[in-house]
Amino acid sequence: MSEKIATREAYGKALVELGASNDKIVVLDADLAGATMTKFFKAAYPDRFFDCGIAECNMMDVAAGLSTMGLIPFCSTFAMFGAGRAYEQIRNSIAYPRFNVKICCSHAGVSVGEDGGSHQSIEDIGLMRMIPGMTVIVPADGNEARKATFALAQMEGPAYLRTARLASPVFEQDYPFEIGKANVLREGKDAAVFACGLMVSETLEAAELLAAEGIHISVINVHTIKPIDAACVTKYAQKCGNVVTVEEHSVIGGLGDAVADVLMGKVNCKFRKIGINDCFGQSGKAKDVLREYGLTADQIAAKIKETL
Amino acid sequence: MNTAELSCICKQVRRDIINMTANAGSGHPGGSLSATELMTTLFFRQMRIDPKNPKDPNRDRFVLSKGHSAPCYYAVLAERGFISRDEFTNFRQLHSILQGHPDCKKVPGVDASTGSLGQGCSIAVGMALGAKHQGQDVKVYTLLGDGECQEGQIWEAFMSAAHYKLDNLTVIIDNNGLQIDGRNDEVMSLGDLPAKLRAFGFDLHEIDGHDLDAIAAALDAPAASGKPKCILAHTVKGKGVSFMEDQVGWHGKAPNEEQRQQALKELED
Repeated sequence: MSEKIATREAYGKALVELGASNDKIVVLDADLAGATMTKFFKAAYPDRFFDCGIAECNMMDVAAGLSTMGLIPFCSTFAMFGAGRAYEQIRNSIAYPRFNVKICCSHAGVSVGEDGGSHQSIEDIGLMRMIPGMTVIVPADGNEARKATFALAQMEGPAYLRTARLASPVFEQDYPFEIGKANVLREGKDAAVFACGLMVSETLEAAELLAAEGIHISVINVHTIKPIDAACVTKYAQKCGNVVTVEEHSVIGGLGDAVADVLMGKVNCKFRKIGINDCFGQSGKAKDVLREYGLTADQIAAKIKETL
Repeated sequence: MNTAELSCICKQVRRDIINMTANAGSGHPGGSLSATELMTTLFFRQMRIDPKNPKDPNRDRFVLSKGHSAPCYYAVLAERGFISRDEFTNFRQLHSILQGHPDCKKVPGVDASTGSLGQGCSIAVGMALGAKHQGQDVKVYTLLGDGECQEGQIWEAFMSAAHYKLDNLTVIIDNNGLQIDGRNDEVMSLGDLPAKLRAFGFDLHEIDGHDLDAIAAALDAPAASGKPKCILAHTVKGKGVSFMEDQVGWHGKAPNEEQRQQALKELED
């Protein structure tokens, strides 16, 4: 893992590629094109880019209308203002009628950094996965963000893509991407560790630290939170007996709960959720904020060790 | 279709509204009755639609932003041949296609699921924008409540309709002056609504929303190039049923059997 790229940037560049092959793709943003990285699409296809101004609720419903005309809208803003402010528009005007709108929100999680707690969405995975029929994807690296963007254009129906502000390592191996199919990145018998987003690379690093101590964990990248890969989750929970989830999100409602929902009453295992412990984030350098909330590799390794 | 024929259909629509809400024991007769002439004119005279091909990509679009006026919508759709009148008895019942608020997955002829106020106008903006973007000759109509205009998103939608120069969009406001808790002016005054609509960039037409000729004239008025049209239709909530007219209590209450009979008597041809 050497090269670094933010998943939001990989998303933005993938949109341009998509736009070249499919003229039904239109992109909407709420005055944040420079940050969500839809600016690349805006530059390449200005006639297919609609800036909706600082009015996210209207943007979601305009996207709903565009989708009924046979277009495939990709709607971007920050996770706080998309999944947060426009929640009900997404729920009632996009998901309820099963319109083909892709909600692609960047700046999720506490790694937003300096902007502080008001801008650090730690609830969006929960909000989106609660909506019936909503597909929820959290890519772990640039390659995956690109593939996820293409996969969203291929699938019919509403979907949420969560990307991060922070540049993160690109995995050396290029994994296949299929919506709803988790990727096992590392095999180990002592614990099954399910992670998503930025936490996948941190967990892989944690796995190295633990291996040096003779503890071997499986690391599973659950890029699709919904529909979750129940078969894979069950298999690795049974195999390892110890289950840990790692996410840059509240421990309430996110990946941890999605994994628990699969295992509850079916698999006997120890279970621990690593994430934001029901509190708001704060300003700071991204790395410092992640450390403050216990989401760096060494901290994750220590918590996994405690669980065994 | 001439005015007399339209007027006759309006009577039938009103009877259906009364029967549907009375059968269900719930629903919104007041705002359905105020919207009757507006929606009947749209579906029978104005819009390019085909009940045999409800998904025709080149059809005109309609969004009932004030989704609680579903009884009026269903009555008009049935009269126009999109759905069977047999469905009326299932209105608001389990497994019915006729949900309390319109569900476009269930009802042929319904272009958007609505009911949560403030959202339909934005959806209509998206439709009009999509039509323009693809060079389609498609007109988009949306019907809003005046109380609904208290939602901030409505003004976001208005702003964007003007910004995108959507002269293929017609926003109709069913201005009956009442909402659940009382008169609009008591609950939350919209102030000088015509001035605000003009200021937001609309080509504004103010009419009597029960005058079929006036509705037709406003709809027929050529679009001002690059400007969305707004028809501010002054209406009476509960129109056509004497004891419901301009009575706030009939926003979301169904008539009982005695009231049904009295209403139907008043609505006889």
